[in-house]
Amino acid sequence: MIQLENVSKRYPGGQEALSGLDLVVDKGEMVFVTGHSGAGKSTLLRLIALIERPTSGQVIVDNRNTRRVKRRKIPAYRREIGMVFQDHKLLYDRPVADNVALPLIIAGVRHRDALRRVRAALDQVGLLHKEKQNPETLSAGEQQRVGIARAIVTRPKLLIADEPTGNLDPDLSLEVMRIFRRFNEVGVTLLIASHDISLIDRLGCRRIALEEGRLQQEEDDSWL
Amino acid sequence: MAVTRNADAVAPVRASGPITIWAVRHLGTSIAALGRLFRQPFSSLMIVLVIAVTLALPASINLVIQNARTLSGSWDNALDFSVFLQQDRSPGEAEALGKLLAQRADVEAVDIVTAEAALAEFKQQSGFGDALDQLTDNPLPHTLIVRPGGGNTGASISLLQEEIGNLPEVDFVQIDTDWVQRFHAILDIARQAIVIGAALLGLAIIVIIGNTIRLDIENRRDEIEVTKLLGASNAFVRRPFLWGGFWYGLFGGLMAVVLVLVGLHLLEEPVARLAGLYQSKVAITSLSLAEAAAIVGIGIFLGLFGSWLTAARHMRRIEPR
Repeated sequence: MIQLENVSKRYPGGQEALSGLDLVVDKGEMVFVTGHSGAGKSTLLRLIALIERPTSGQVIVDNRNTRRVKRRKIPAYRREIGMVFQDHKLLYDRPVADNVALPLIIAGVRHRDALRRVRAALDQVGLLHKEKQNPETLSAGEQQRVGIARAIVTRPKLLIADEPTGNLDPDLSLEVMRIFRRFNEVGVTLLIASHDISLIDRLGCRRIALEEGRLQQEEDDSWL
Repeated sequence: MAVTRNADAVAPVRASGPITIWAVRHLGTSIAALGRLFRQPFSSLMIVLVIAVTLALPASINLVIQNARTLSGSWDNALDFSVFLQQDRSPGEAEALGKLLAQRADVEAVDIVTAEAALAEFKQQSGFGDALDQLTDNPLPHTLIVRPGGGNTGASISLLQEEIGNLPEVDFVQIDTDWVQRFHAILDIARQAIVIGAALLGLAIIVIIGNTIRLDIENRRDEIEVTKLLGASNAFVRRPFLWGGFWYGLFGGLMAVVLVLVGLHLLEEPVARLAGLYQSKVAITSLSLAEAAAIVGIGIFLGLFGSWLTAARHMRRIEPR
């Protein structure tokens, strides 16, 4: 699903966020990227979301070389990927349901269909009863679940999440990870950046550790 | 909680037909943009008012010129002639000729100014009284002031002038059309100035709307970034701002028409009074439907253009970070 070949990313100013990274995430995998802040986790996800372009190397997502995705085609490319952010990035001027519906509106899904999908997505994160509320009135954990519902409402094959539990306490974090796990069980490939190693170990998923933009070690939980 | 696995949840995202999507999206966005305008009624009203005044200004001046032109057009046909008789004609001949001319259907009235009366008037008005006293002869001829009837056209006036000019007693006929022509030339210049002024004011509207939209974009920067992260194209994020410009232009145009009509209404009475003084029926030419539609249309065009200019520039700049 995701394939990185000798990928380097150097930001203007000289700092190298990634250097010569090779990485493969298979279809249907749920993989965590760990490392200290500044290790390159976010950069990796930003390259996949085409928020950044690599300085050198190839990033191939779903058999598509991102280098060949033209600027004009980036929106269509992003619509294929679900994204979850540490700060949720919800819009607080509209209710929960409208937030979740946003990707469908962008994709031009019919209103009636969109409504059904939104309810299904909210149901999956256990927030159907809060669809009419403003996200501001929800707890941090609930807001993050709204963010997840929004990421999966278009049924993407790939979901990337940048520190999705960064602002949550351990119980809420585990709840969020369980939701991710369920998506993984129905075939969604997940790439999640996190520094919560104990939590990741409890889930027993593959872990990619980054250090100064390089691969530190790769733990394969093939015993699972 | 189990993952819901009904048919709906598993079905891929399917979009409707492209034209339906396009229409439904536009309808939705336009209503949303309208709603946003009404949620800030005061600032929206201010902007609409500024646009309205800016549109109403050249439109009303244009109307004034149009009316002045109609008015002075009728003056052309109602101008007095000065008919100068030959030097050797007697006052009696002048009077006889005056009576004869007054009987014509195309002549309303004839006044006779004898040479003596003309000289006396000239002495009084010129201030050369003493010098003129030295003259032994009166150098001035008798003069008939002929006022043509109201039913005359430009052509019949020329004909009348020519016929009077051919009479044996007449030296020459003078119509004082010079000042009317000058007046028309001034109106032409004014009209040109209006075109230039209107172009500048149109530019001002584009700047005003552009600036409003720019502020709007800055205020909704987060929203734009998030929607772009979720895969929205530039066209998608631009759309609500274009609709915003459209509504500003539409309401500004409509308000401008209202302003012009109110102004005309306020002028109606004084103009009627003035017309009464001149014993004429002068009706103000009002805005035609086409002109009103043009004002609104120009408003919409400028609104769309101003917002498009700004939105196109800023949408490319705002990218998710």
